[in-house]
Amino acid sequence: MHFTINGATHAVEPDIRASLLDVLREHLGLTGTKKGCDHGQCGACTVLVNGRRINACLTLAVMHQDDDILTIEGLGSAEHLHPLQAAFIKHDGYQCGYCTPGQICSAVGMLDEVAKGWPSHVSADLETVTLDGAEISERMSGNLCRCSAYPNIVDAIAEVAGAERA
Amino acid sequence: MKTFTYSRAESPEAAVAAGGRFIAGGTNLLDLMKLQIETPEKLVDISRLDLARVERRGDGGLTIGALVPNSDLAADPQVIADYPVLSRALLAGASGQLRNKATTGGNLLQRTRCPYFYDTAMACNKRDPGAGCSAMDGFNRNLAVLGTSAECIATNPSDMAVALRALDATIVTLTSDGDKRRIAIGDFYRLPGDTPHIETVLRPGELITHVELPAPPAGAQGYRKVRDRASYAFALVSVAGVVAVADGKIVSAALAFGGLAPMPWRDAAVEAALVGQVPNDAVFAAAADALLAGAKGHGANDFKIPLARRTLIATLRTLTGAVA
Repeated sequence: MHFTINGATHAVEPDIRASLLDVLREHLGLTGTKKGCDHGQCGACTVLVNGRRINACLTLAVMHQDDDILTIEGLGSAEHLHPLQAAFIKHDGYQCGYCTPGQICSAVGMLDEVAKGWPSHVSADLETVTLDGAEISERMSGNLCRCSAYPNIVDAIAEVAGAERA
Repeated sequence: MKTFTYSRAESPEAAVAAGGRFIAGGTNLLDLMKLQIETPEKLVDISRLDLARVERRGDGGLTIGALVPNSDLAADPQVIADYPVLSRALLAGASGQLRNKATTGGNLLQRTRCPYFYDTAMACNKRDPGAGCSAMDGFNRNLAVLGTSAECIATNPSDMAVALRALDATIVTLTSDGDKRRIAIGDFYRLPGDTPHIETVLRPGELITHVELPAPPAGAQGYRKVRDRASYAFALVSVAGVVAVADGKIVSAALAFGGLAPMPWRDAAVEAALVGQVPNDAVFAAAADALLAGAKGHGANDFKIPLARRTLIATLRTLTGAVA
C-alpha cells in the first residue's frame, strides 16, 4: 500500500485489517498520533485527511491510499512550532500531554470548519457563526483530556483564532 | 478483528454485484468489527462512488447522496435554509471528527449502542438470536420504552434519522439485482418483535444510494435533544418537530422521537391530537398522552416516560410560540 503523509510518500505492507492509526504508529514510526480508546470516543488519534479531521483509529488504512494525510509531525517541529503548538505551551493546555497531538490536529481542522462557516450545535444562528468559548468547547467535544486541561485548551485555541474567550 | 477480503467498487452497480458488506465512513462498522460483533468476510469499499452531492430537484425537494458526510449535510446552505431540523439533528450527534467521516447512508444503518449488544460476554438477542436479553433486567437507562418486544429493548441511536422521519424522507436503493427501489422512511425500519437482529427492510446486498426530501414543509422546525452530557452523547430523549400555526390554530404537525424506541418513532395519534387545536399546554399534554399511552419502562429507564412528556411539551411551546 502507498500513503502520502506529511508530504512524503511511503510504501508499506500492513495487514488488511490495519487502521490508519496503526499504520502511522506501527509501520511508519509516526508515534505523535496517539492511541487512546481505539474506538473513536477520545480523539487522541485525530489526524487531518485531505484537510478534514478524523479519528485515525476508526478507518482502514487501505481506504486512504489516495489521500493527503497530515499528522502532528507535519504540522510543526520543535524549531518551528505551529501557532497552536505555541499557544498550547503558552497557556499550559495540557498536563500529561497524551491527548495534545489529537487536540491540536482537531483544532486545526475545527478552525478550518469555522472558516467555511459551518455551524455547530450551540450556534444560535445556523447561518452566522461567531467563534467563542462555548463554540470552541462544543466543537472540540470529540477530544477528551483526562487531566481536564479544558479551560487552558480553550484559551489556547481562542487566542490563535482571535476569538473572545467568554 | 476477523480478517476479510477488500475491494473498491467503481460504480453502484459494481458494488451490489460484488455481493459483500459495504463500507464507507466505517465509523460504526469498524468499531463493531474490532469487537467481533460484526464479522464480514468481504468488504466492498463504496467510499469513492459519485454519491456525495446534495441536489435540488424540480419539485423543490432535495436529493442527498448516500455518501454525503454528516458534517457537510449539516452545513449545506439548502439544508440550513429549508430543513433546519435536519441540520440541528446532525449537529446534535457524535463529534466533529465522526461527522466528517460518517455518511448519510451509514448513519441510517448505524446499530444500537445497547451496552449488552456491545458486550460479547453478555446475552443479546440482537447479536446472537435466541441467546436472551441481558438488558431487560439490567442496566437499561438508555434503552427503549416504546415499540419494544420481549426479546429486545434496544434503541436506535441516530439523531439524523429522527429528523428524516419528521421530514418524510424517502430512501432510494439499488437492489442486488440492480433494480432501483424507493422506501418511505416510515417503512424502512422494523420493530424487533422476535427477530431483533433484522433492523431494516433492506435485502441482502441492497445499497442505499440516495435519500430524498420532499419540498420544504410549512411551519417552524426544531430538534431538541436531552442527554447526560451537553455534547457528544446519545439521546435519552429527542424530538424533531415541524409545526405550522395559522390563524391561531395548529394546521400541520410532524413529530418524530429519538431515544425512546428501536426506530425513529412517529405516531399519527400525536399529530392528530394537535392539528386543528389552539396551541396551549392542555393540547400539548394530550399529544404527550397519545405518544406515551403504550410506553413501558424497565426500571432504570422509567424516567424516560415523564422526560419524553416534558421534552415534547417544551418543543411544542417553542415551535408554536405558545407560552407556558
